[in-house]
Amino acid sequence: MERTLRGKVAVAGVGETDYYKRGQSPDAEFKLALKAIVSACENAGIPVEDVDGFASYSNDRSDPSHLAAALGCKELRFANMQWGGGGGGGSAAVGNAAAAIISGMADCVVVFRALAQGQFGRFGQGPRRNVIAGDMAHTVPYGLMSPAQMFAMKVQRFMFDHGVEQNALRAISLASYEHAQNNPRAVMYGRPLDEATYDASRWIVEPFHLYDCCQENDGAAAIVLVSAERVRDLPNPPCYLLSAVAGSHYRAGASVHNAPDYATSAFKTLAPRLYEMAGVQPDDVDVLQSYENFTGGVLMSIVEHGFCEPDACNEFFVKERLLAGVTGESQLPLNTSGGNLAECYMHGLGLNIEAVRQVWNQSTNQVADANVSMVISGPMVTPVSACIFGSEATQ
Amino acid sequence: MTGYYLNPGLPQPAATSDGLDAPYWQGLRDELLLVQRCHSCQKWQWGPEWICHRCRSDNVEFESLEPRGTIYSFERVWHPVHPALKEQGAYLVVLVELLQADGIRLVGNLLGDPNQPVIIGSEVSGVFEHHNDVDNPFTLLQWRLNGN
Ligand SMILES: [Zn+2]
Repeated sequence: MERTLRGKVAVAGVGETDYYKRGQSPDAEFKLALKAIVSACENAGIPVEDVDGFASYSNDRSDPSHLAAALGCKELRFANMQWGGGGGGGSAAVGNAAAAIISGMADCVVVFRALAQGQFGRFGQGPRRNVIAGDMAHTVPYGLMSPAQMFAMKVQRFMFDHGVEQNALRAISLASYEHAQNNPRAVMYGRPLDEATYDASRWIVEPFHLYDCCQENDGAAAIVLVSAERVRDLPNPPCYLLSAVAGSHYRAGASVHNAPDYATSAFKTLAPRLYEMAGVQPDDVDVLQSYENFTGGVLMSIVEHGFCEPDACNEFFVKERLLAGVTGESQLPLNTSGGNLAECYMHGLGLNIEAVRQVWNQSTNQVADANVSMVISGPMVTPVSACIFGSEATQ
Repeated sequence: MTGYYLNPGLPQPAATSDGLDAPYWQGLRDELLLVQRCHSCQKWQWGPEWICHRCRSDNVEFESLEPRGTIYSFERVWHPVHPALKEQGAYLVVLVELLQADGIRLVGNLLGDPNQPVIIGSEVSGVFEHHNDVDNPFTLLQWRLNGN
């Protein structure tokens, strides 16, 4: 039996709510989830009641049984949660949904993520308890408690090991903001960023300026997956899943910052498997969405996926190389919706949707002939994940 | 001046209810750095686990180690994410790799000027920072550059 996801499952439709600044959603989180799923089904041309599975990640609070009841789904056959925090599960949830379809456990699975932080509190704040025990007891009393603070430690070491300069991080941020200026859905639409503004922006934690850090937003996003056979009868052009991987390297989860290979995005063992299953090489990737919790994670992800040698980051990471509107052999169009930095932080699922739009030729920053479209989800956490979508030309 | 590196009011560390890291916290009270060592394969490990990750023996004990190491990485924090740090200003967090302990690491603060340049690889020594003025007193392990 051939063990692969390649070409067996396709994206039938995608849906998003409006995106809001954190705490600004007029709708409750569960209603946001419902709206995104209904919208994705409409986009797919699939009756909502035919959805028979749900896959999510990062402990999404919208329970699949409640969703199925609220949506009037005929039956529920798959209810899946990818373990782990941050956006590490975004592409994993796509892979899990695909595995359910291929194995016959379900026929029409929705991958979704919904966030209303006004309703449920923020990510980027420290704990408010008086006493703390466990892993966090070994970091929080020293003032190391937010995601930015957890990951700056890794990025600082990587930059030291490889002589990476601040401008390499800056290029990632500038590219996202430039793409967002063409995307009316982006929260940062109409708010361009230039070099001087980045340089003058305050430090959050070195080496992250304000513009190296993702937004925190309210909204919801959903992706409908069906078998490759079924998608041919549906209105959208096919967007096949070529591969998906999730996990991390040896003892990545060792506590109190004790992972033996520390200064990493956690993709070194996964990236070769991702390419092998998809049957592509880094050179074949036409457009990349890479999860930005912080720009330093994007930089390490791109290195570990083989686009750039670790010691060549200062030459590789220049804005022009990362822009969709520039053509050339050495281009790597990156985060073409504006991504988590400048479109919306929907825990990264917006990146998967943008990758699909590129295959469908519907991006606001369309890359010509985008046949191989890749997503990297949640660097520096564990598990992380990644997936590759392909057009009909890849079949 | 409180005598503490960070302003008071952050969550206070306590041992886990299952007791896994209790010897570590008690050791700091006694000015001892106690971390785990496997008595089957003699290797050190941290953070705390119930068994040795190398040989899976549960013959893992807390042993004392000189609080000396090198700076493996660091960060200068500017944006406070906890109300207790609103007036703190910048501060330095270091990840210290202990000497001759199979590469295990601890997180702490680097004492001294928060704006000092920090060089990865610098040698540091531990300083026990006792917090006795709280309901459940605890001790943090801070770090000072050798030669200072
Ligand atoms: Zn052992």
